Amino acid sequence: MKAHCAVQDVTLDSCAPQKWLHDQGISGAIVQFSGHVRDEDGRVEALHLEHYPGMTERLLGTIIEHAEQRWHINGAWVVHRVGTMQLGDEIVQVAVSAQHRQAAFEACAFIMDVLKTRAPFWKKELIDGRWHWVEARERDALAAASWLCGGLEHEPR
Amino acid sequence: MIQVRLFAALRERAGRDLLELTLPAGVSTVGELVVWLEDSDTALARAFAATPCRMVAVNEVLATEDTDIVDGDVVALFPPVTGG
Repeated sequence: MKAHCAVQDVTLDSCAPQKWLHDQGISGAIVQFSGHVRDEDGRVEALHLEHYPGMTERLLGTIIEHAEQRWHINGAWVVHRVGTMQLGDEIVQVAVSAQHRQAAFEACAFIMDVLKTRAPFWKKELIDGRWHWVEARERDALAAASWLCGGLEHEPR
Repeated sequence: MIQVRLFAALRERAGRDLLELTLPAGVSTVGELVVWLEDSDTALARAFAATPCRMVAVNEVLATEDTDIVDGDVVALFPPVTGG
């Protein structure tokens, strides 16, 4: 199993995960999630992301390890952008390769759901020329909780 | 010495990102540290009050306010995360 995780302040290469995960036929499935800056019905002008350097990279690696323990996957890629981004820019890439699609779909969703509620990133939106911190959403917590039911000691942290 | 790191809205509300202090007598958990900080610094108390929902990390590992802390630890306090 190979894994790649990184945090960067430059534009993400949307083709990179597929290229990196491609393994000449060992994996029959590659699932890639790509998150982009949304305009929220025209309100948001730009997005800024900060993170906790060091802890972020370590926790992303831990989330991938948990996915590896749970599904038969061959590769996992997680790259997150930080800094200031424009509408439509790619914020995050999560991609997983596996022999069969079910493991790839589920592991990709697991990594993304857990990342959203555990990895130390914080978003600010530029609205009407002023920056506003984004509040955490209840539905994101519920999505992560649906994968994690064994208590904190069994969670990626 | 211990370090206390603040991030995002909590950092902005507190007006600082890092505190370095001797582990106060009688403080052995993150929750006790937060109470001690609130009692010792009104600006921090206001920032914590304005950020009642918080997450905690000790030495870069997610923790809770019940987590034990010892000399040399790095305690991070921050609002719920919003990446992805």
